[in-house]
This record gives sequence, structure tokens and C-alpha cells, in this order.
Amino acid sequence: MSTVIEAYGLRKDFTVRVRHGRLRRTKRTVAAVDGVDLTVERGELLGYIGPNGAGKSTTLKMMTGILTPSGGSVRVCAMAPVPQRRRLARHIGVVFGQRSLLWWDLPLRESFDLLRHIYRVPADEHAARLRRCRGLLDLDEFLDTPVRQLSLGQRMRGEITAALLHGPEVLFLDEPTIGLDLLSKQAVRGFVAELGAGGDTTVVLTTHDLNDIERLTRRLVVIDHGRVVHDGTLESLHQRYGSTRQVVVDLAEPLAGPVDMPGATLAASEADGHRLTFALDGVGAGELVARLAAVASLRDLSIVEPDIEDVIARLYRSPQRAPDSPPVTGEIVVADGPDGGPTRP
Amino acid sequence: MANPYLALLRAQTRAQASYRTSFAVDVVSSTAATVFDVVTVLVLFRVTTSLGGFSVREALVVVGLSACAFHAADLAVGEIEKLRHYVRTGLFDTVLVRPLRALPQLLLSNVPLRVLGRVALGVVVLVVALVLAPIEWTPAKVVLTVVAPLAGAVFFGAMFVATSTVTFWWIESGEIARSLTYAGRDLTTYPITVYEGLFRRVFAFGLGFGFVAYYPALALLDRDDPLGLPGWLAWMSPAVAVPAVAVAALCWRTGIRHYRSTGS
Repeated sequence: MSTVIEAYGLRKDFTVRVRHGRLRRTKRTVAAVDGVDLTVERGELLGYIGPNGAGKSTTLKMMTGILTPSGGSVRVCAMAPVPQRRRLARHIGVVFGQRSLLWWDLPLRESFDLLRHIYRVPADEHAARLRRCRGLLDLDEFLDTPVRQLSLGQRMRGEITAALLHGPEVLFLDEPTIGLDLLSKQAVRGFVAELGAGGDTTVVLTTHDLNDIERLTRRLVVIDHGRVVHDGTLESLHQRYGSTRQVVVDLAEPLAGPVDMPGATLAASEADGHRLTFALDGVGAGELVARLAAVASLRDLSIVEPDIEDVIARLYRSPQRAPDSPPVTGEIVVADGPDGGPTRP
Repeated sequence: MANPYLALLRAQTRAQASYRTSFAVDVVSSTAATVFDVVTVLVLFRVTTSLGGFSVREALVVVGLSACAFHAADLAVGEIEKLRHYVRTGLFDTVLVRPLRALPQLLLSNVPLRVLGRVALGVVVLVVALVLAPIEWTPAKVVLTVVAPLAGAVFFGAMFVATSTVTFWWIESGEIARSLTYAGRDLTTYPITVYEGLFRRVFAFGLGFGFVAYYPALALLDRDDPLGLPGWLAWMSPAVAVPAVAVAALCWRTGIRHYRSTGS
């Protein structure tokens, strides 16, 4: 395995003007990204999540050469993104959910052709990649429609294709499913999953939709206030924050004796003991069910997966996440903000 | 495989052509605006026979040189004024993720073909002025007739780019950037002798606008400078264009590093 993305102590400071009364303004520096360390290996599918303003997009923009870091170092495909921006651009693909990278007035087909010239892709490679995307993303019905007339879902499928036609080593997806209907979301997810399964393309995905994360990524990096607060699997996140799978059983008769199952704790007992809920804490669901079946007759059973949204919400609220982070809550007023309100609730 | 920049230019030309009617209206209206520039000068000469010491036929040479230089620059880089929009909305991101130079990419995505009419009109005005004016042609003057508008165009182009970069530091920079370039252009339309003191010193000599049309026109017309400066200043237009381009390039490179990518 080789390392595709390396960031050490990566930071980005923005200067905001703080308004005091009518005229007095003072400048103040806010760290949007505050010392991010991250290594991504080739072929990984990484979910990069965090609340609004946590620094997700800013990190991505430093990795793609759009923003100049204020400190630390970042290398993508062994290149420094800003100084080697044009060279790096040939090795990465970028999709912004909120911003089109296609040409508004051109049909998709012509946009794709233009990209072939821009990235200097040999015609046969280009054709092969386009054929694959056309099949997987159902592009054929709107390939000759100008981009401005496409629906959001169609456009996003076009955007993803456009980002892949030059065969990038890394694909950055910044909220690719935002605003999409369920079918389009599934199409995009299915495609990204397929891409990840190939193992050649590294994918970095930022999203607000935690379903994207559950379906797609094995590794999850959570960022808040510009810092990485979790880096690991979804399961380790659940473990760390005490959210566990639950087994709910309906019994024919309530258990006579005390309910004692090692490796699981009784979370609830309802309907006079007819319905029991166990939180798994070290024991597998199957084993627990087997043990229960040995002492009682089961009428029904279900396994409840932990709700990732709850975990993430708890993570964002968790007070110990960044003890020395700057106290930005409710103090800073961005001078040129639309409503002059605080940047963070 | 086509050059990527040419491919961009071709694509955006096709895109503009997809709005054929509005394109035709654009060409006509923007050309009409230039006609007014010429008419303004002619109207001035209805109330006076001499403008800053120049007859109407001489003054038209200045108008023609200035118009050719400015409109050629406007065609090539005029759409840089869109930069403000690109930076404010964060659209500039889309420029930076491509494996192409940012400035040519931005310009080629927005070449205002409607300005072609103005460039053509500028050339017509210059040719007519050169025919009407009392010029004794020499090989050097022929060269100057070609070099001066080109150097002037480069100079205006550099002004456009340099002033537009203000937006990287100050997103709400408004029309300040353009007003500087347009004030300079207005200055080049007339003999600089019509302007007074400080304004003339700052724009004509400090910023170099005087070398775009006025001094080359003096040389073509074999006139001495009423301000008493030497005749070789006619050839200064390339000399001021080069540092102007250097300053513009520096502003651009520094500006890009300050891009904040606002909006998501």
C-alpha cells in the first residue's frame, strides 16, 4: 500500500473583522482548520464528516490546491497542492455538490469532449471510461441535453463522470448527494461503492448524509472546530461513545428468575416482562439469542442497529472534544456576513 | 489532440452562439456605444476648432489609436471584471481544479465576442483618421502605426488584470477597479494637453496612459510636444507595457494565494 494523502498539522486561518458598535472593528484570526493530521492509503474510501463550519470543505480545498494552507504540510499524490496545482489536477478528480464543474450551456457530451482536451486524455482511454460511466450511471438519455436543463440528479451523475474521465488516483467528493432525491442518491452511492470496490481509486467523501457513510465507508474521520475528533471505523466510533446494537425479544412467557446474560445488559423490560431489550456489550447477537432460547420460548426477535446520527450528534456536543480550542461560540461576528449574525449557533 | 486552451475557446464560442438573438443584439448595442465615443469628439469640434492645440483631424488619430488599443484589450481580457463575481461566489474554485493556468482559463471561458464589433470600429476610425490627417509616411511610422495600438492593448490589458485582483483582498471592491482603468481610457481618448496639472501627471505619466495614444500620435503627425518632452517618447508604449504586465502578473500570483473561497 502506498500513501496517497498525507497531512501534518494542517491549518487554515481566516481573518474576520469583528464589529464593536458602529465603527470600531478589530481583526481577529479564526482557525477553520486547526492542526489536522491525516494519512490516506491508496484505495481507501474515507468518510470525512463534521457539522457545518467544522472545516471539512476547507481541508478538501487545501488538498486540491484551491486554498493555500496557513501552516502545517499537506501532500497529495506526493505533490504539494498549491505550488504544483496544475500537475496535481491531472491526478485528482473533484465533485462539488453545491457547485457545477460542467459548462452550463454545453450538452454533457460536449463537456466531456472538452475535458478530454483539457486533461489531454488519449481518445481510447477517454472513450472506455465514458462507456463505463454511461452504463453505470444511465447517462444516455440526457447526454445531448445542455447542462442548464438537467435535473440535479442528472447533473450530479454528469459531474461524477466528468471527474473520472481522466482516470484520477484520488476522487474528492464534497457532499455529492446533497439535495438529491432518493433514487439519485442510490445511483450515486451505488456508483461510489463500485468505484471503492475496485481498489484503485482513493475516495474522500464529505457528507451530511450519514446514510452515505453507513453504506460506503469503512473509515470515518470526524472533524469539529477544525480538529480531528475521531479517526477509525464506524464500529469503533460506536464503541467509544457507548452506542451498541440491541436485541429485542418477545417471549411467550416472562422469565421466571432474574435475567442475567453475561456480555449483555438488560436495557428495558416491557409488557410485564414479555418484551425484553438487551444492549450487546461484548457478546454476539446470535449467541445471546441462543442462550435466551435455551431458557425461554421466543415468539419474535429483532436486532436494532445503533443510530449513527445519535452518535455523531453526541460527538459534536461532547464537551471534552477539544479542550484548548478557541472559544468561538457566539462571540465572533463576521463583518461581511449576510445577517451579521454569529458564525456558529 | 487540440490545445486545451483552444478547445476552451471553441467551446465557449459555441455556447455563446446558442443564444443567437441575444448575441446579435449585444454586438449591435456594444458597437453603438463606441460610435458615441467618436461622436462626442466630433461634437466638441463643433464648438471649437482646436482641442488642446490639436485640430479635429489630428485629434481623431489619438481617438483611433486609443479606441483600437482599448477595445482589443477589452476583447482579450475585458471579462476579467467577472473575476469579482467568481471570487465572491467561490466559483473560482472551479477554475483552480483544472490542470490549466487560471488566468487564461478564466478569460477564455468568457471571451466577449460582442466586443469584436467595437474592435472593428476602432480600426475603421484609426484608418479613416490616418487617411484624413496630414501624415508624411515613413517606414518607421508604418511600424509605429502597428506597434502603438498593440502595445496600448497590452498596457490596457495589464491594467484590467492588475486592478481586478483587488477583489482577492477585498471582496466587496465594487467598481473601484474598473473606474481606474476607465478613467485612464478616457484620458487616452483626447490629447493629454486638455488635462490639467495633477490629474495629467498622475494618469498620463505616473500610470503611463499618456504613452498609449498621445505620444505615438505626435510622432505620426510630426508635431512637437506642447509639453516640451522629447520625440522618442512615441516609442515608449512598449516600454510601459512591459512593466505593466510584470506588475499585473505579480498582483495576480499574490492574489490567488489570498483567495478565500467563500460560499460552501
